[in-house]
Amino acid sequence: MATRQTRTLARFMMAPAVVLLLIWMIVPLSMTIWYSFQNYNLLNPMTRGFAGWSNYVYFYTDPAFYQAIGNTLMLVGGVLFITVVGGILLALLLDQPIFGQGIVRILVISPFFVMPPVAALVWKNMIMHPGYGVFADISRFFGLQPVDWFAQYPLFSIIIIVAWQWLPFATLILLTALQSLDEEQKEAAEMDGANFLNRFWYLTLPHLARAITVVILIQTIFLLAVYAEILVTTNGGPGYASTNLAFLIYRTALLSYDVGGASAGGVIAVILANIVAIFLMRAVGRNLDR
Amino acid sequence: MGVVQHGLSCGENLIMARRVSTRHKVIATFAAWLVAFVIFFPILYMVITSLKTEPEAIAGINLIPSFTLESYVAVQQQNDYFKPFMNSVVIALGSTLVALIIAIPAAWSMAFSPTKRTKDILMWMLSTKMMPAVGVLVPLFIIFRDTGLLDTRIGLTMILTLINLPIVVWMLYTYFREIPGEILEAARMDGASLSGEIIYVLTPMAVPGIASTMLLNIILAWNEAFWTLRLAAANAAPLTAFIASFSSPQGLFWAKLSAASTLAIAPILIMGWFSQRQLVRGLTFGAVK
Repeated sequence: MATRQTRTLARFMMAPAVVLLLIWMIVPLSMTIWYSFQNYNLLNPMTRGFAGWSNYVYFYTDPAFYQAIGNTLMLVGGVLFITVVGGILLALLLDQPIFGQGIVRILVISPFFVMPPVAALVWKNMIMHPGYGVFADISRFFGLQPVDWFAQYPLFSIIIIVAWQWLPFATLILLTALQSLDEEQKEAAEMDGANFLNRFWYLTLPHLARAITVVILIQTIFLLAVYAEILVTTNGGPGYASTNLAFLIYRTALLSYDVGGASAGGVIAVILANIVAIFLMRAVGRNLDR
Repeated sequence: MGVVQHGLSCGENLIMARRVSTRHKVIATFAAWLVAFVIFFPILYMVITSLKTEPEAIAGINLIPSFTLESYVAVQQQNDYFKPFMNSVVIALGSTLVALIIAIPAAWSMAFSPTKRTKDILMWMLSTKMMPAVGVLVPLFIIFRDTGLLDTRIGLTMILTLINLPIVVWMLYTYFREIPGEILEAARMDGASLSGEIIYVLTPMAVPGIASTMLLNIILAWNEAFWTLRLAAANAAPLTAFIASFSSPQGLFWAKLSAASTLAIAPILIMGWFSQRQLVRGLTFGAVK
């Protein structure tokens, strides 16, 4: 059907997007790999040369690296747990007939549109501040000692903020999936005497499985890269207590000016993200065939 | 047998269902509004604080401000709010427009004359989106430094165009694919020329999809907070960087921070409310509709 002419035209139309993305993918990534084998410190630009694996050895034997990996896993895992479980519960609630459903939806979805620095600073100053925050006020009301969240539980505090930002996303997607569940199937199960838990377990959850997978995979991609929330709240501290891998690489690159070390860290960040990406692509790719 | 039983229980259930349903609805409504209030509270409290005086802002929970606009005035007069705001507008709109110009032809050809490789190309484009920014922070910083793109609107516009291009192509592709190909044949039968086809038949059908893609992309570009924080400083810093600069404690200016934050998120929040459905589709690459 497609003539040679239209095929050439199609290729021509696709070319700019393909070429740009190809350059975007190949050039910086190969530079990262190249730098990761170089001695290169921006403060000492004269002493450059081949470094072998020493950047990798240096970066991967640093105790901060393991702490950062642990923090990254905690952050991703914690936020995923809160948003997926919370998102399912919230989606089930919002799927009920309620008065003012439109407004409730708008209120629930809103945090997703708040830019990360605003979200983090509002939580840090107005909600979790040990002196003047809302949590401190509530603690004092009950006669308790206010908690200094970012000093005592830095990583947990960041998990809370990031979970607040992503809960709407999970809720919205799960709600969309829930609403495509066949009404008749639900009624049939109800008539057959299945109680709420049974219906949830044998009907709703399997129906949601795909949407849950998509939520987990997409969030993981973004959660591996959490940066601004850490920068404006704890700046990675105290010590390395709230430094994730992304933030550690930033610290190495732009605070220690160590190009080689940061690049070696960048390579593992790329590998980690790729592992997640492979699974995501499968989930999305399957949909493309339908 | 099954049919009879079904019919019988249906009648009984209907009466039961109605009685249960009103009470059910009231309880669900109450629970949903409570949860929604808790989730929305930080934003609400931020808006309230922006309407307080600075001493009021740190005086404990108080949901009724004195409705002063002094913080909004201060943000403009002391911090020149308009400059980062314009940077955000230029960068978000600019990167969205450039991405659309590049993506529309690509998505168009993939949707209307797909080849065996179309699916692979789409998947590959998506995979570039998975590359973590920190993985290429160092080379980009060096490239930008050496080419003088550091702290320029053009530099940031370029980066945001590239990181959102895959999503734009994908979204447009899923929209274009829904335009029935037969309609073109019908138009051709009626004697429409190629330009007539594009102007009168395809464009009106494509506009809604392009509009929602644009909306979502503006939201994403506006809120991007890695490259905008790292590659811009005094000149090209958009609102993300401007707000982040409040994190260094130069005293407690919460009313001012709240006013700046409210102004920074208001336009996007309103756009977001209108684009909920497209959001699901765009961010899941069509996997959930």
